[in-house]
Amino acid sequence: MDSGPAGFRLRPGMTGALPLRNAPVKTLTGFGKRGGRMEYFVQQLINGITLGSIYGLIAIGYTMVFGIIGMVNFAHGDVFMVSAFIALIAFLILTTWLGITSIALALFIVLIVAMVFTSLVNWVIERVAYRPLRGSFRLAPLISAIGMSIFLSNFVQVTQGPRNKSIPPMIQGEFVLFNQNNFPVTLSYKQLIIWGITAVLLLAFWYLVAKTRLGRAQRACEQDQKMAALVGVDVDRTISMTFVIAAALAAVAGTMYLMYYGVVTFSDGFVPGVKAFTAAVLGGIGSLPGAVVGGLLIGLIETFWSAYFSIDYKDVAAFSVLAITLIFLPQGLFGRPDVEKV
Amino acid sequence: MQAAVRQAGAQSGRVDMTGALRDAGFTGLVAFGVLLPLIGFLTGVDGSNQLVLTTRWPLLFAVVAIVAACRFLYCFTLVPWLARRAQRPAPVATPANVWQKLRGILAKWFIPSAIGFFIAYPLIIYFAVGVGGGQKWIDNFGIQILIYVMLGWGLNIVVGLAGLLDLGYVAFYAVGAYSYALLAKTFGLSFWILLPLAGVLSSFWGILLGFPVLRLRGDYLAIVTLAFGEIIRLILINWVALTNGYAGIISIPRPTFFGIPFNADDDGFAAKFGLPFSPLYRVIFLYYLILALALLTCFVTVRLRRLPIGRAWEALREDEIACRSLGINTTNTKLTAFAMGAMFAGFAGSFFAAREAFISPESFTFIESATILAIVVLGGMGSQIGVVIAAIVMIGGTEILRELDFLKTIFGPTFDPTQYRMLLFGFAMVVIMIWRPRGLISTREPSVFLKERKAIAADLVKQGRG
Repeated sequence: MDSGPAGFRLRPGMTGALPLRNAPVKTLTGFGKRGGRMEYFVQQLINGITLGSIYGLIAIGYTMVFGIIGMVNFAHGDVFMVSAFIALIAFLILTTWLGITSIALALFIVLIVAMVFTSLVNWVIERVAYRPLRGSFRLAPLISAIGMSIFLSNFVQVTQGPRNKSIPPMIQGEFVLFNQNNFPVTLSYKQLIIWGITAVLLLAFWYLVAKTRLGRAQRACEQDQKMAALVGVDVDRTISMTFVIAAALAAVAGTMYLMYYGVVTFSDGFVPGVKAFTAAVLGGIGSLPGAVVGGLLIGLIETFWSAYFSIDYKDVAAFSVLAITLIFLPQGLFGRPDVEKV
Repeated sequence: MQAAVRQAGAQSGRVDMTGALRDAGFTGLVAFGVLLPLIGFLTGVDGSNQLVLTTRWPLLFAVVAIVAACRFLYCFTLVPWLARRAQRPAPVATPANVWQKLRGILAKWFIPSAIGFFIAYPLIIYFAVGVGGGQKWIDNFGIQILIYVMLGWGLNIVVGLAGLLDLGYVAFYAVGAYSYALLAKTFGLSFWILLPLAGVLSSFWGILLGFPVLRLRGDYLAIVTLAFGEIIRLILINWVALTNGYAGIISIPRPTFFGIPFNADDDGFAAKFGLPFSPLYRVIFLYYLILALALLTCFVTVRLRRLPIGRAWEALREDEIACRSLGINTTNTKLTAFAMGAMFAGFAGSFFAAREAFISPESFTFIESATILAIVVLGGMGSQIGVVIAAIVMIGGTEILRELDFLKTIFGPTFDPTQYRMLLFGFAMVVIMIWRPRGLISTREPSVFLKERKAIAADLVKQGRG
């Protein structure tokens, strides 16, 4: 998509909430002109699931943090953007300096590096900007998080420059699933890798929350922090670990975002962040499977909206879903209804 | 670790050197890890549009050293001092001494003198720097700060009084600006007719967007209002036939001095009053215009707080269920708060469009909403003076970065302080929140009192539960 000089143009404005880039192929071809309804639909389904996986991974971070300390971590989208930059730098070090040619190895190392460094970043953010405000007046952490979000995107702008950073495609090639009416329905290797990594990570994550000591501590803190502390759970450490895990998942999303679109810029955190938050709300905030399902739904809604209606208004569609969900179904698909108590 | 150092300091009352050093070393290590990717490496573009990496080790180590040194100084000086202060017995309440009397007098004269200063500001600037520099100081500082003061006061009705957390306030500002721009360009109506009309249209939008969110509270409300703000901005971008999209609307008519335009013509302001032409007159006129609008906002808010509707807002903020059980119509209460807040944003928006003569969706991004909310919260919610102080600190502080040219002599000619504007803004938001979570002015005059006025600490009122 953004190849050549177009990839290097300056973005207008600083938070110019530019849409998450559209899937590279075939999204824009008017339906019915090339191929039939069915093929076009399947292709959009594949693209939407890919986008939804990325949203789902970010959404888990929102939902976990909200579940445990009841705060919308506004800076999470920017942590995702920072992770994409870390992945970019790691990738450049590996390929241009160390000369690693095996893409699989490079991707693996990039993933690990991005996860480690992003986790460290988020650990520090929690320590510096959120922990002193725990138990404080309710708006304080939200304002602190908004400040942190502004700080992170501008920090990246100042240190790495305002231009788009595009890399040559890491992985090329695709499977042609079937070819009817002259419209090949394809599943690219990139998309397959994203699906695979997401699935593996979700399994690992499910194991962590459901079966390990840390996961038990997290669930305990989510229910009642004071009680958890009384039975010997280190609440501070558990919350720190929650931020670390959230950042690690965001880093995977950031790496895959970079791999899929091949371009990243400092303002790329805001819109994916809000959409992932939408996903978390749609699935029911606090519910982990809800976040994944919500992510997939938002990815599909966005892709189909762009494909069948209007690409200009696809963000309006996503934001409307957020508003409509909160107004008519505030507890989300999988959430528990919030009981109002006096 | 921090807690350990503090505890040691508190027990001994002495400075724990090794602890501070260990702490600083650890902080430096963490800072190295965090900053290594983004400061240590720079991604740049070479001749053939390929991304290349360069390293910046000296910069990285300098920043890490500064962070570690700051941490060391914090542990070495501030922590023992705080510990000693905590150990000291709390001061016994004494009958009013000289200092308290002085504070009383200061508090009494603070507001009139502040208003006096704002009224005299253009004159002060005029005599201090003359016509050339005066325009910049009145326009960039005076008008800019006053716009945010007005927006802060408007949002204070929604957030500070009614406790409804609104992250999409800029939408109403945009509605006001676009109403003025489109109506003035299409129908040629005057600023003085369109100013109230823009307020009415904005408050209409406030009610329209308020309806669906009546049931929502707290963070959920914040996020939905954010979504509404973004939807309005995206519509402004994409509805090119009406709004001209990203390109914006140009050559919007300027306001006139009751029919007399500010230009160099024979019937212009300067010629009519027999003065030499200068663009300064318009700037001073705009300054007093926004000052009057801002004071109107403040006056209306202060009066409304004493009326039943204002009391209903504050009751709603404190407890919605109790409010409903006492027979207050929460729907109307919430909608009037949204409408009032939006109306003042509409006034400010039409002023903004008239002042700039150019508007585009870029002026109404989420960052503006965040800035206005930050001003309200950092100032101390519900506090009118706090908004002014926060606006001066945050907007004036970032504007003053444009003036720091002497930094170029220190850091070299390529150093541009303005690019650190928003970076410092975000940083200041975090720091002020940690330092004073309830804002700079955390006490508030109660609106309703029995016999004597007394300030109440803000932690006694539940603010912004939404």
